[in-house]
Amino acid sequence: MASSGFQADVKALQKHLAARHLIYQHQHNKQMSCPAMAQLLSNTLYYKRFFPYYSFNVLGGLDNEGKGCVFTYDAVGSYEKVGYSSQGSGSTLIMPFLDNQLKSPSPLLLPAQDAVTPLAEAEAIDLVKTVFASASERDIYTGDKLEIVVINADGIRREYMDLRKD
Amino acid sequence: MNFMASKQPENSLLSPESDSQRTLYPYVTGTSVVALKYKDGILMAADMGGSYGSTLRYKSVERMKPIGKHSLLGASGEISDFQEILRYLDELILYDNMWDDGNSLGPKEVHNYLTRVMYNRRNKFNPLWNSLVLGGVKNGQKYLGTVSMIGVNFEDNHVATGFGNHLARPILRQEWHENLSFEDGVRLLEKCMRVLLYRDRSAVNKLQIAKITEEGVTISQPYSLKTYWEFSAFENPAQGAIGSW
Repeated sequence: MASSGFQADVKALQKHLAARHLIYQHQHNKQMSCPAMAQLLSNTLYYKRFFPYYSFNVLGGLDNEGKGCVFTYDAVGSYEKVGYSSQGSGSTLIMPFLDNQLKSPSPLLLPAQDAVTPLAEAEAIDLVKTVFASASERDIYTGDKLEIVVINADGIRREYMDLRKD
Repeated sequence: MNFMASKQPENSLLSPESDSQRTLYPYVTGTSVVALKYKDGILMAADMGGSYGSTLRYKSVERMKPIGKHSLLGASGEISDFQEILRYLDELILYDNMWDDGNSLGPKEVHNYLTRVMYNRRNKFNPLWNSLVLGGVKNGQKYLGTVSMIGVNFEDNHVATGFGNHLARPILRQEWHENLSFEDGVRLLEKCMRVLLYRDRSAVNKLQIAKITEEGVTISQPYSLKTYWEFSAFENPAQGAIGSW
């Protein structure tokens, strides 16, 4: 779960979900799938519809079949399964570039086409580094350091990259 | 058209009448606290000023206090709210001691408690108007964290509140390193406090430096920093052009 916005709300929200995930594991003897967590996050956000968590989230993970999924949210819980997304202060800079590079199929097509990104892992990571380096140039709030979390069948891995410190 | 007109319940803190029951602005305030991790534990510094707006009202305010066996709390902002927090922590430590089970709250736990208190008060629109620095050592593990009045919290190798964030942190980012000796740590803190003394109008030249290690807490006697005002730019400042700074 990646969150942008008011840090105290972000921390509180992530702590809440971590606690709920632990309870789930106690009750179901398994990890929550990404779609399950996606619904939980939406419900948690909407619960505070009239005093929101000032938190803009992107949820990424694996579904029950082991396929990758990405969910994008607003502050009050509207969510959608997508092939890629960005949120936060740099999103206006990043999103158009992602649209250009990843050429998502039209949402109007029938039958609905799954927006699976046709990139290899190395290409995807490179793209992420590129967008953040670009966003750092023009967004005053983006910069210092980037953390990339890679989730696949082998597990979870983290990579770090320095960004402009100005 | 007002779709979401907020209906105030009777016990709301947001009606005009209840402004007398929540904090709107601070009155007596303390300025920056600066702290860093060093070889044996944490070093923390704060001056002893209690300002009443632009008046320097109180000059012997202790803004750093030990908490339990393993922690040290420094506060900036409203002094009365700091005293309230000390009462909360007093009760917390008391109940912890009354278990009499050999376990005691470490700095991480105290920091977490403070975070929850500050965040929950912010959510009720009645904040404790403080920025807190919580440092300590337990079982050889050093910990240094900070919480603000709106609940923003994190831990780091060096932290500061208020003006300290703008004037002291950049110095610390350049000059802090792992395993600073006590003397080097004090020197570094004094460098930060001196800059704050020159540039923060609420700073006073009477400070304490506190040390916390596995052995315990020591808070120094109050002392003053040497300042230097003989820079040539300050002599006849109007000569060059518009000023010395």
